[in-house]
Amino acid sequence: MSELKSGSNLEKVLKAGHFAFTGECGPPQGVNVEHLKEKAGYLKGCVDAVNITDNQTAVVRMSSWAASLILLQEGIEPNFQMVCRDRNRLAIQSDILGIYAHGIRNMLCLSGDHQKFGNHPDAKNVFDIDSMQLIHTVKTMRDNGTFLNGQDLDMPPRLFIGAASNPFAEPFEFRVHRLAKKIMAGADFIQTQCIYNMERFREFMKKAVDMGLDEKCYILAGVTPMKSIGMARYMAKSVPGMDVPDSLIKRLQGAGKGKVAEEGIKFALEQIEEFKEMKGIAGVHLMAIEWEHKVPEIAEKAGVLPRPSV
Amino acid sequence: MIVADRKPLKELLEMVKDFNKILIIGCKGCVTVCNAGGSKEVGVLASALKIARKKEGHPLKVDEKTLERQCDPEYVDQIKDTVDGYDAIISMACGVGPQFLSERYPDSRFFPALNTTFFGGAVQHGIWEERCAGCGTCVIHYFEGVCPIARCSKSLQNGPCGGSNEGKCEISKEVDCIWDIIVRKKMEHDRLDELLEFRPPKSWTTARDGGPRQSIREELVI
Repeated sequence: MSELKSGSNLEKVLKAGHFAFTGECGPPQGVNVEHLKEKAGYLKGCVDAVNITDNQTAVVRMSSWAASLILLQEGIEPNFQMVCRDRNRLAIQSDILGIYAHGIRNMLCLSGDHQKFGNHPDAKNVFDIDSMQLIHTVKTMRDNGTFLNGQDLDMPPRLFIGAASNPFAEPFEFRVHRLAKKIMAGADFIQTQCIYNMERFREFMKKAVDMGLDEKCYILAGVTPMKSIGMARYMAKSVPGMDVPDSLIKRLQGAGKGKVAEEGIKFALEQIEEFKEMKGIAGVHLMAIEWEHKVPEIAEKAGVLPRPSV
Repeated sequence: MIVADRKPLKELLEMVKDFNKILIIGCKGCVTVCNAGGSKEVGVLASALKIARKKEGHPLKVDEKTLERQCDPEYVDQIKDTVDGYDAIISMACGVGPQFLSERYPDSRFFPALNTTFFGGAVQHGIWEERCAGCGTCVIHYFEGVCPIARCSKSLQNGPCGGSNEGKCEISKEVDCIWDIIVRKKMEHDRLDELLEFRPPKSWTTARDGGPRQSIREELVI
């Protein structure tokens, strides 16, 4: 990790050795740009980059590249997300060129939730390439200066390549190997799935550190504060690959009426404190789902403000 | 084999509502094996249609016939002398059957009785499962003899995705995560290192994506 690969703010923060703090924002289900700006506005100055989700949970929204450009105009660095569900390798590569040309420097490569979960379950999925191959595609374009077919690009897009890792999906033994494979394929940074089972995550990170993965890649721990017991139950039961221990649900239940959200934030803050000290963790990715206005408070209490200027 | 399911009776009744005399043609190939379109199923459908139409006060005359195969001109030829005597013909073969029939007999009307679903086999009596996507370039040897193209909901070649849970796929607890099976088989045989290798993007040119396909065996062409 000697030279800057993209020059993005996120890359510079990580490279300088700061504990990174990234946020997330879902584009609107329509063209309500003002609402998007308002949500993103809460994150400005509190995070190093903001993930812009790509038709997350297979629900149609404003395209992630378009919403990313709106953030750029607002002076907020986006982390453009791209899923393999909706594009073939031609669209993928042309979108990569397009987003770079407009100033986007971070890109998170994902497979994408199956369309069954979304609001167009009748759609045909693409999955021409998978997330591993998408990472490889961006790296090939950036470092080899070629398209997937080997043909030269006139000027390569210098992107900071991100990937996701779910330490809780199964088979558990293979997850760290798949993380290693993503790093080998070209991931510069990793943002994990929301973490609730700390014990399992510690075990996962120990394996990752033992394999030296943290030296090859920046690993950001995923945090989503629980807003309610209903949300915790929904996450536990209905969100693929989520591991919410009963002990956490009980803790939230014990918080008493009107205090569940506060307890959810308290748990998130405890997590962030532990991640600051955890070997191999380079930062936190805070996914405050439709709770962007709470991010300044969480960032303040987590002691991650002000964000470094690099 | 090709697996198929019979269409609902209501849909079939709607197809033949304007006709008075029809022929139902079964196939002794795959659809006989998967109990969807053999002579037995032809008989069942013929009775069901006749009873339903009799109830409606608009009786239907139904003849039955089952060919060796509907995907072979030699057998399709066998009905040449009778085909003209019907208002319509229902094929109980896979999607290939009614097409071969209508190519051979352009003046007749053909209807499909089955929904052709997948390439697979019976995992137990009465239950068939998909195994092959017919992508034209078999890769199962990389995955312990298991096909992620046909059996992973996302056709991932570098799986499993983050939705794999307790051996099940994220789309349903009824669906096995095939990547869970692949990983466990690799571990069992001490071949996990093979899964750490990056599988590059697949060429889909040999699959349906490459356009309609044809298989030419020069030595057999007359």
